[in-house]
Amino acid sequence: MFRYMPVSAMIGLTVTGLYFLAAIFAPLIAPYGMAQVVGDVWEPSSSEHLLGTDNIGRDLLTRMIYGGRTTIFIATMATILSFVTGSVLGFLAAVLGGWADQVLSRMVDLLMAIPSLILALVVLAVLPVTVTTLIVVMGLLDATRVFRLARAVAVDINVMDYVEAAKLRGEGRGWIIFREILPNALSPLVAELGLRFIFMVLFISTLSFLGLGVQPPLADWGGIVKENKDGIIYGIGAALYPAIAIATLAISVNLVADWILNRTTSLKGGRG
Amino acid sequence: MHPILKLVSQRVALGLLLLVSSSAMIFGLTEALPGDAAQAVLGQSATPEALENLRREMGLDRPALVRYVEWLGGIVQGDLGTSITNRLDIATSISSRLSNTLFLAFWAAVVSVPLAILLGLLAVRYQNRWPDKAISGVTLATISIPEFLIGYVLVYFIAVQMGWFSPLALINDTMSLGEKLHSIALPVAVLTMVVLAHMMRMTRAAILNVMQSAYIETAELKGLSSFDVIRKHAFPNAIAPIVTVVMLNLAYLVVGVVVVEVVFVYPGMGQFLVDAVVKRDVPVVLACGVIFAAIYISLNLVADIVSILANPRLRHPK
Repeated sequence: MFRYMPVSAMIGLTVTGLYFLAAIFAPLIAPYGMAQVVGDVWEPSSSEHLLGTDNIGRDLLTRMIYGGRTTIFIATMATILSFVTGSVLGFLAAVLGGWADQVLSRMVDLLMAIPSLILALVVLAVLPVTVTTLIVVMGLLDATRVFRLARAVAVDINVMDYVEAAKLRGEGRGWIIFREILPNALSPLVAELGLRFIFMVLFISTLSFLGLGVQPPLADWGGIVKENKDGIIYGIGAALYPAIAIATLAISVNLVADWILNRTTSLKGGRG
Repeated sequence: MHPILKLVSQRVALGLLLLVSSSAMIFGLTEALPGDAAQAVLGQSATPEALENLRREMGLDRPALVRYVEWLGGIVQGDLGTSITNRLDIATSISSRLSNTLFLAFWAAVVSVPLAILLGLLAVRYQNRWPDKAISGVTLATISIPEFLIGYVLVYFIAVQMGWFSPLALINDTMSLGEKLHSIALPVAVLTMVVLAHMMRMTRAAILNVMQSAYIETAELKGLSSFDVIRKHAFPNAIAPIVTVVMLNLAYLVVGVVVVEVVFVYPGMGQFLVDAVVKRDVPVVLACGVIFAAIYISLNLVADIVSILANPRLRHPK
């Protein structure tokens, strides 16, 4: 599987892996405590503080490592939520058909008629902003896209002979969805997984940057950009590091997703 | 009625229906979720009596449906309600901000649309050679980069290090057009970069798709000059997808503008919305949300109608 891996996918996989490892082992590799003030405001980088310090004198490298942990955790959980909700409802709509399909599809149309960021802002204006709320709001808003994909794929599979056979055999809906449709719909869904994850990383970073995501003192990449953005005017680039981290993570995941997409589609004999 | 007119009016009616239902959804979301405007004003520690009084004063004790109908009726007449934090009329505070945002989005569109179509054509002309590859590489990068990174990189290098522009895009009515344009140059550049790659790639795909059709080959084979092939056969067929691409990206600008306005502290709708969400000023959030939704839905509607008009095949859906 890895023998014919293109260089770009290899780079993508390595960088993504490093970010995930750093996220998992954050308390072990971070040189200081997450909210520990260890120096002056916006110290330049030195041997003690590799990336310098932030707007209130915390070690920036430490903040970045813990920030990555929060960002990646929220993005991963929201992606999982979005996939589970979106694909189960999508498969259900395809299998049930009729009015259930109509109701679900029109609801999704309605949700998608408004940009997710605007809808998220409206919801966050009334809900208390906690990590759980963020994951649920982001996951459910994004589930609409997974729903469309899952439904489209499942509608095609639902008319296949083996599904007909299973129905005639008298299998229940649960069997049809999880044993017949799911295995066959997996490859397009997996290819979409990477893109949804990137979207989640950008989404949570944007919300935190706007001050409506992860709340201080908890660090996340978008929040670190917000905390340090005032330094930019004085020529201090502290806000650029987390922004670059977001961009490199997103590009790496994209490279891997592209490779998976090419692989899964070439298995089926080209994109169709 | 003329069949096209009928189809277009159907689409407009559908768009209006979508608009009304999305306003209901926005209103319903703030209604159904725990916490309301009174709670937001008084905070979590408010006594039940104080909440009760404020709810009565704000009219929140009446049924949600009645308030929704009143609210919607107000919007139709241009009355967006009053802010709960500063008690100002929302319509007056929004109007100048809306025109600022439209001003920013307009210039971003003026720069990005022709540039994207030109670069898309270049990518088709040099297909699979280096200009094409460079364009797809840049596309991948800009899709993955958050808007605020592009914004701060430009601020850091161009505004702070070079000192060509101000890092803040502050505009007011006393400025001349030239001054305004100078001060919004950086936000326009960011918004252009945000939508350019996407628009370019989709334009490229649209034109390539048309150029590979059998009728283009026929036109070439029957001896038409390449200019005539493009003018008579390729262009009319490529126009619908290109307009759709342009409209979708203009709709995307509506969202991009929120972040870019915060980066450049630009006095527009996006900044206004974000401030209102932070202050939990629900009436302002509702008003801004509905305006953003209306702009987004109408741009999508225009894209839909233009593609119906440009492509006769879409007029007879099977």
